[in-house]
Amino acid sequence: MSKNHSISFKIYLTVLVILLILTVITVGVAQVDFGMFNAFFAMLIATVKAGLVLMYFMHLKYDEKLYWLIFGSAVFFVVLLYFFSELDIVTRVIQNSVL
Amino acid sequence: MSENKNLAHHFDSYEQQVRAEKLGMWLFLATEILMFGGLFVAYVIYSGEYPAIFKAGAQFLDWKKGAINTVVLLVSSWTMAMSIYYAQKDQIRKCKIMLISTLSCGFLFMVIKYIEYSHKFHEGIFPGGFFSYSGEGFVEGLPLYFSFYYLMTGLHASHVLIGMSLIAWALVRTYKKQIGSHHYMPLEYVGLFWHLVDLIWIYLFPLLYLVE
Repeated sequence: MSKNHSISFKIYLTVLVILLILTVITVGVAQVDFGMFNAFFAMLIATVKAGLVLMYFMHLKYDEKLYWLIFGSAVFFVVLLYFFSELDIVTRVIQNSVL
Repeated sequence: MSENKNLAHHFDSYEQQVRAEKLGMWLFLATEILMFGGLFVAYVIYSGEYPAIFKAGAQFLDWKKGAINTVVLLVSSWTMAMSIYYAQKDQIRKCKIMLISTLSCGFLFMVIKYIEYSHKFHEGIFPGGFFSYSGEGFVEGLPLYFSFYYLMTGLHASHVLIGMSLIAWALVRTYKKQIGSHHYMPLEYVGLFWHLVDLIWIYLFPLLYLVE
């Protein structure tokens, strides 16, 4: 069982407010043209938001490290899937594209 | 007879039971990430290959509705977390209010989703081979974008519905006085699932609605 489960009301509320502010920033950034950096910023902010939800709402910050490992390994394999798929597309499909 | 009626007979202690349950829950969440992850990988690769199609597709979506749904889900995640907070403090009335708020947010999300879907269906924007729209803004290959759109938001929406059913179940148990500081783990697991649904939407919203 987790040792410290009594996250204070203040922390929960602060996290919610930060999440809402980040949502406004996401929408704001999308209106400005940063070229290829738009997608990068959007994913960066989304990852910060996801991290906040995981750490505070899902209590990972106060829970056993094992759950980080399980969740992280799933994310790792998704990234691995993306990496090799993208590598395949770039080196093979694009060069001989008939699409 | 065990002393604690919330303890299954095959566990030595309540603490051991909680650890086993949490481990199982996180393993389940990992499989969810893998399921959605495959779709995300496909989406990112195809949108890189055909940026014009995905940009044209996003023009059909109302980012305001997407943003409202983002806020609705974030607030619902907060109310879900608060329901556990109040259950731990045995403030059951507040716990119920928070659960009902979470349920209402889920309902509101589905209503907005319904408005979005029905508007598109009305114009003939259906997934895959049923796509029959050729009006303003149409580009060659547009059905590709909407196949992704319907598959990803549809799978996510089905998770919202499942999550709502689980929250309703937890609410019934709270009314039956089975939830409190002595036993709030059902809320915790329902909450974990609900937060995951929120987590996926956090990525879906910018990917689908805010394509530049």
